[in-house]
Amino acid sequence: MSLPPHVARFTGGIHPMDGKGLSNGITARTAPLLEKYLVPLHQNIGAPPKLTVTKGELVKKGQRIAEPGGFVSVPLHAPTSGTVGNLTEVPGVAGNTLQAVEIISDGKDEWGSGLDPIVPWQEADRKVLKQRVADGGIIGMGGAAFPAHVKLSPPPEKTIDTLIVNGAECEPYLTADHRLMLERTEAVLEGAAIAARILDVDRIFIGIEENKPDAIAAMKKAADAYGIQIVPLPVRYPQGAEKQLIFAVTGRAVATGGLPMDVGCVVQNAGTCAAIRDAVVEGHPLIERYTSVTGTPVVHPGTWIFRIGTPVKEALKLAGGVREQPAKLILGGPMMGFAQSSMDVTVTKNTSGILLLTGRETGRYLSSPCIRCGRCVSVCPMRLLPGPISVMVECENYALAEHNFVMDCMECGACTFVCPAKRPLVQHFRRAKAEINAIRRARKKH
Amino acid sequence: MSESPIPEKTPQPDIMLPDPKKLILSASPHIQCADTVPGIMRTVLICLIPPAAASIYFFGFHAVRILLLTTLFCMAFEWICCKLAGKTSTLGDYSAALTGVLLAMNLPPGVPWWICLIGAFIAIVVAKAIYGGLGQNPFNPAAVARVALLVGFAGPMTAWVTPCQGFFPDAEKAPAAIQVHETERKPDFTTGATPLSLAKMAKTPEEIQALQTPDLLKQCFFGRTQGSLGETSALAVLIGGIALILLKIISWHIPAAMLGTTLIFTWIVSKADPSLTPGPLFHLCSGGMMLAAFFMATDMVTSPTTRRGKLIFGSSIGIIACVIRIWGGYPEGVSFAILIMNALVPLIDRICYKRPFGWHPSSAAAYTMRRGEVK
Repeated sequence: MSLPPHVARFTGGIHPMDGKGLSNGITARTAPLLEKYLVPLHQNIGAPPKLTVTKGELVKKGQRIAEPGGFVSVPLHAPTSGTVGNLTEVPGVAGNTLQAVEIISDGKDEWGSGLDPIVPWQEADRKVLKQRVADGGIIGMGGAAFPAHVKLSPPPEKTIDTLIVNGAECEPYLTADHRLMLERTEAVLEGAAIAARILDVDRIFIGIEENKPDAIAAMKKAADAYGIQIVPLPVRYPQGAEKQLIFAVTGRAVATGGLPMDVGCVVQNAGTCAAIRDAVVEGHPLIERYTSVTGTPVVHPGTWIFRIGTPVKEALKLAGGVREQPAKLILGGPMMGFAQSSMDVTVTKNTSGILLLTGRETGRYLSSPCIRCGRCVSVCPMRLLPGPISVMVECENYALAEHNFVMDCMECGACTFVCPAKRPLVQHFRRAKAEINAIRRARKKH
Repeated sequence: MSESPIPEKTPQPDIMLPDPKKLILSASPHIQCADTVPGIMRTVLICLIPPAAASIYFFGFHAVRILLLTTLFCMAFEWICCKLAGKTSTLGDYSAALTGVLLAMNLPPGVPWWICLIGAFIAIVVAKAIYGGLGQNPFNPAAVARVALLVGFAGPMTAWVTPCQGFFPDAEKAPAAIQVHETERKPDFTTGATPLSLAKMAKTPEEIQALQTPDLLKQCFFGRTQGSLGETSALAVLIGGIALILLKIISWHIPAAMLGTTLIFTWIVSKADPSLTPGPLFHLCSGGMMLAAFFMATDMVTSPTTRRGKLIFGSSIGIIACVIRIWGGYPEGVSFAILIMNALVPLIDRICYKRPFGWHPSSAAAYTMRRGEVK
């Protein structure tokens, strides 16, 4: 049946200060109900959902408030019962502005999702299960925000034989997946089993970094019942990057420019699996998630279960505020998260952490010329040449940058982390990728 | 609504929230390692303390004088170049100071002050600033300066002071280390030939054999032989070099490849023709081999970035240096070898191109086809 997993070592990677000790020992708490939630419409990759409720309408908790805007899209659900308020705008994570709908709580928090539990799911039709994942509004909760049902619908010409659950959580500071795997072990495993049934695979692996021994132990204890294998992974950033995770668990390397399905794998985040289980077994769509509120300036760091649409300001109040003025407010982890300039941003389906960093921790350096030390080259998990490529981008020689595989850069930031000259390498690559994509699109039009 | 589970709004004035106006916006990553370019240069300088201390121990005042002069001159030229280019001074990155100390390590103890000045000018202005400063120079500045001085000022550049003449050297107290030339007038110091020039002059197997006595090899390893400041004690350089590797400033690849090829190459040659050259231990411990292997060839700017490239680079330097030592016109060829290989670094980097993660012949073909499409 399934072969025992072997852990392959990807080349490169870094060991940043992990900071997980701030919050990894604290049981996740459910955030108290707020008076008002601001649910951004466009949280997923793909088409934005279309609002289906109007102002003043009464909604129940979990009731659908927006239709998917296409196949690569998801519906939205009310985080609590109450009244639909104004259609307003909230700042988006990436510095953009998002349309958001207000849900004013009536305090009753009554369920009314209209989704019936599918039990036993083992006997349910695959299509029904997949439709439920789509109806549950589930997107990649590790940060990518890619609709989960699309990942579970590989084209028929691709044979999928492995489902990998990503519990690596290699980003420093974040402990949301850690707490989730510890506290909702069965939910993660059951969700993974449901996803495997949708995909019709029997090889299921859960990759967890070895810095979460308690989560590994809990998972190992319960995993046999589901036929799932737990793979402890060496602690190295970016161990949780999709291609690196697949390589570590299966030894298969996704070809440059390829997708995981090319090597027969589908990767889902641990949080996504728990959400899939809730949608199928409980009939509860995705309206809340585990999110770490952490960082040295935070008075009471920890992990909370927040409703989608909770403003970051409220989340920070729950954590007791800050001890000192932080230099950065980051949604996500310190390596790939987004710095914010407003506290009105909201917790969305892919907010894995709210992180505050002091000026000392972030450090602001002036960049100086490359001294060709080669550290970026040795840490790049994609085995690219970050330093030389950054010079190509500075010279706006995108053709040469593309030829040097800049499009394979996953923006993990390892090169920028180690650069002694403090060169903004990843930033150059983002620019190059955007420019090259624009050139490719323009060429397609002709 | 009286039974509302919403908690009563209790005033919590003690909760301090971040001031959004003071939050910094920047792209990820938001954390960086603590290493900086000045930090790296400073560490290399610290690792140069053992060889510098050894040179002061063996050559006394001469070593202090040359170390100070070259460092000061290099820093002065760096400052002038920055001023002329309208840039902020780059003295703070310690690279000029490092070049100065490395240049001193490459000079014989007896050179006059103006040699230091010319050397500093060549190293900083000609070999570095003209190319655009730190990070842009294709050739190792200290090696360029040494070779230019050696070719242009052969006389002063072979003023090999005999070591251990006390701090202020006095000819009468000088012990005869290897071979002392008596000069006519009362000398400031006595000089002698370096082991390498003796090896060059040796013609018979007996003369070669005389260079391989355990006594002489011990002197070569611990110090007390004639040579440049950084050449006299292989041990001191080894200590500093191993510290560099342990501190992860340099990788082991270049020194290991260089010393390894030197060892194998000279072993083969000396076995094949014992009248040609002494054995590998002599070559490893004499001259600038150690200094070059750990401090000169490993200069990040002028060496390849990939591990494979470093191995090719280091072993090539080893072979070229030995070929010059054994058959060339100069007794010492390490600096020439470094410069030759510096010129080939872009080529080596190209050959040792790393294949990206998930590289496959089909993906390479796709990229080759697409080459030049994005203009």
